[in-house]
Amino acid sequence: MTVPGYDPVVQGERIALVDLLDRVLAGGVVIVGDITLSIAEVDLVRVSLRALVTSISGLMEAMDDSQEYG
Amino acid sequence: MTADGSLVWMYGVTRGDFEAVADGVAGVGGVGGSPPRTITAAGLTAIVGDVGDREYGEAALRRNLEDLDWLARTARAHHAVLEAVAGRGSVVPMRLTTLFASDAGVTGTLQERADDFRRALSLISARSEWGVKAYAVKPSDPVADPGHQVAGPEGPAAGPGAAYLQRRRAQLTASKDARSEALASARTVYAELSRFAVTSRLYPPQASDLAGQQTPMVLNAAYLVADERADEFAAATAGLTARHRFVELTLTGPWPAYSFVGEGDGPGQR
Repeated sequence: MTVPGYDPVVQGERIALVDLLDRVLAGGVVIVGDITLSIAEVDLVRVSLRALVTSISGLMEAMDDSQEYG
Repeated sequence: MTADGSLVWMYGVTRGDFEAVADGVAGVGGVGGSPPRTITAAGLTAIVGDVGDREYGEAALRRNLEDLDWLARTARAHHAVLEAVAGRGSVVPMRLTTLFASDAGVTGTLQERADDFRRALSLISARSEWGVKAYAVKPSDPVADPGHQVAGPEGPAAGPGAAYLQRRRAQLTASKDARSEALASARTVYAELSRFAVTSRLYPPQASDLAGQQTPMVLNAAYLVADERADEFAAATAGLTARHRFVELTLTGPWPAYSFVGEGDGPGQR
């Protein structure tokens, strides 16, 4: 129960927001619910978040290189 | 909009016989502070919560999703519920902001997509998601690094000016080499770890500022690993860190299987 890294509460506090946003915005099952934004709109959020963070760090090169993997 | 109408936020889906769900989420504050509850249909159980449409309605959502604090709070609440459930058994996570006007919408989804949910549940059963990121390690001073001796075996360079230029050139070469070495290592690491995983997925590397690291990320991968091989996977990651001096690896998890239940990530499409 209290093993560090495995306790949900402890881990919830420690995980990096970026790792979480990668997953909750790009992962998970996509279902068009009654009130959901369109998938395109959630994708737009992801794009604008990325634009925000990359304009701060200027590390587009690293992301461009990564496309070799994809 | 007059009254704050109620919407149903959907977290994820588990097997219908999964009775520990209620216990698992007991005491976990859900999205908007609303305690999670369950809806069962078609032999499946959805974990849901009630939220108000003033904050989670379509127009409000569009605005709130652009607010990083709101997004962070909501993502963490969504995750906390899924993680509490994942501690008891397999759960298929929904993407953030899956909302319905009433329970009927959730019931309908469980019925219509029952086969998809069952397929996803069998893929992730007794397996967990692990994240592996690789950062390019800054090249060390080429003079201090025996692998990049400035002075060749024939002896030190002639004048101080030439020595400077030579050192500068060596630094640039070293930094370029380090970068391609890091990328090559990342490629090797990704392939090596795939051997321990059922399937894997690549995310774009995160920007350094957000990731809280000084050095560029060269790999951002997720792996679906059988729980019985989790230790082996962690040991392999540690082993690879030791063997590749141009990258530093970090391991995160276990995660609910966010990266392996969506369109194109399911069975038969790895």
